[in-house]
Amino acid sequence: MTVTTRLRSGETRTAGVAPGRTRRRRVDSLKAFLYVAPALAFSLIFLIVPTLQTAWYSLYDWNGLSAATWAGVQNYIDIVQDEQLRDSFMHVGVLVVFYSFLPIAIALLLTMVISRAHALRGMSFFRTVLFLPQVIASVVIATTWLAIYSPNGLLNTLLRAIGLDSLTHVWLGDFNTALVSVGFVGTWLNVGLCLVLFLSGVGNVQPELFEAARLDGASGLQEFFGITLPALRGQITVALTLTVVSSLKTFDLVYITTRGGPGNSTSVPAFEAYNRAFNSGQVGSAASVAVVLTIGILLITALIGRLQPKDTE
Amino acid sequence: MKLSLGEKLVTYLVLVIFAAFALVPLLGVVITAVSPSSSTSGFRMPESIELGNFVEAWNRGHFAQYIGSSLIVTVTVIVVTTVLSVMAGFAFARLRFFGSNIVFFVLLAGLLLPAEAFIIPLYFNLRSAHVTDSYWALILPQIAQSLAFGIFWMRNQFMSFPGEVIEAARLDGATDLRTLWQIIVPPSIPSIMTMCLLVAMWTWNEFLIPLVMVTQDNLRTAPLGLAFFQGQHATDYSLLAAAGIIIAAPIVVLYFFLQKRFISGMLDGISSR
Repeated sequence: MTVTTRLRSGETRTAGVAPGRTRRRRVDSLKAFLYVAPALAFSLIFLIVPTLQTAWYSLYDWNGLSAATWAGVQNYIDIVQDEQLRDSFMHVGVLVVFYSFLPIAIALLLTMVISRAHALRGMSFFRTVLFLPQVIASVVIATTWLAIYSPNGLLNTLLRAIGLDSLTHVWLGDFNTALVSVGFVGTWLNVGLCLVLFLSGVGNVQPELFEAARLDGASGLQEFFGITLPALRGQITVALTLTVVSSLKTFDLVYITTRGGPGNSTSVPAFEAYNRAFNSGQVGSAASVAVVLTIGILLITALIGRLQPKDTE
Repeated sequence: MKLSLGEKLVTYLVLVIFAAFALVPLLGVVITAVSPSSSTSGFRMPESIELGNFVEAWNRGHFAQYIGSSLIVTVTVIVVTTVLSVMAGFAFARLRFFGSNIVFFVLLAGLLLPAEAFIIPLYFNLRSAHVTDSYWALILPQIAQSLAFGIFWMRNQFMSFPGEVIEAARLDGATDLRTLWQIIVPPSIPSIMTMCLLVAMWTWNEFLIPLVMVTQDNLRTAPLGLAFFQGQHATDYSLLAAAGIIIAAPIVVLYFFLQKRFISGMLDGISSR
């Protein structure tokens, strides 16, 4: 994004500052502030102050009803020591692979094969279909996959149809397959998003570049690493930010499909924070999980942002 | 540049495979929804198409009520967000005021914070104010979240607005407010529409805030209603699929008509952060 600062009216005329002018500017400044004041109030009351309170809550033991007692950093120590909480953060690591790395890798591979697809007839149809999962409510997506993974669902039916009966599973009820099954929904969600992003990125490359490379006898692979991949740096950082953050925030899907089970095998921090705060009366612990999760999301966003090429948009 | 026939074929093949990958689960839902309701048999192609599941899901799941709630919440959030985003976006793009950088930074934070960061104290704050279990508890926090995006969106839009036009309006003696609503807003309608569509989608689909904020059945929004419906009819997949389609339909229909706006809006909006 390029931020252009333009000359506003009045700016050029304030060279010789007369006393009346400064007062007018102060009034103008106050008026301008009124334009943003309602938005600022919303942000402070409903987002910023509660976020600071979360940090404050995280230093207490509180069940949500009776008086809270000071706990210091004990809640944070628990995140490392409590197996259930530690696991929930570990699970996010698995989800990142499914939500982010796999879709980006698959989409890049496909972009290599079909790098000039954007010029084809019918591309807008494919773009619409590939992007469709992004606009469907996550709750609906979750119930959909719940049905697909069910004992007699689409997946097991397909496996039986091709004679792989031995592979059928209670996908979400099995300790070994539950987390991977949840993760795969993320892959399904994000492949289309990444592909649409990358294809639009390749569409911005001047066709002459590809033509010149061909005339020089470049192979498809050389073309990809020489032209396509460098041109996609911006899109890849956007895809990384989006998909990694969405994997860290995973909540709706886990809440609907597994509630963290079986056992503890699919619990994630966002679910732990919700469950502890609103079901098991461990508000302080929930807040500490929320704080760590938030810091993680902000850090990762900032880190990935540094990969973004500065010269292009 | 011409693509050879072979390249074209490979490209179409890859696109078809991945379009199918995206569509199969969704088609599965549609097929399940029109299959006779049963909880024991598994997925199979139906012999006859039945629309009774939709009627039954609609009635048994109180979806008229849930969709009514969703409409009230979504429309209110869109209207308030649009007015306030246009005002604030204009101020950040075109006016100078003391502390604008700090205010902008605060709003930027609102854009980056996940809901988990603020939802726990927000619930207890609103509970002490006796606001939980009301439409306000659903509407106000979602306005705050949508504003963060809306202000950035409108600011970017207004910064690219030709400065000479605004200058001319000012020389004619128009006030800032008049300049904004009569000169700047009318040509910006397409971009405002895109913002409204995205806010509509996010608000309609939101799950965590309704889940935390309301317990009364009549206040539940459509996604929350589906979650409860799923709890009661856990294995009646035909009924669940029909309910899911009812809830996803409004946004999906909008998307099919306005897919360019949705896609470019989501991708631009996100990449401009």
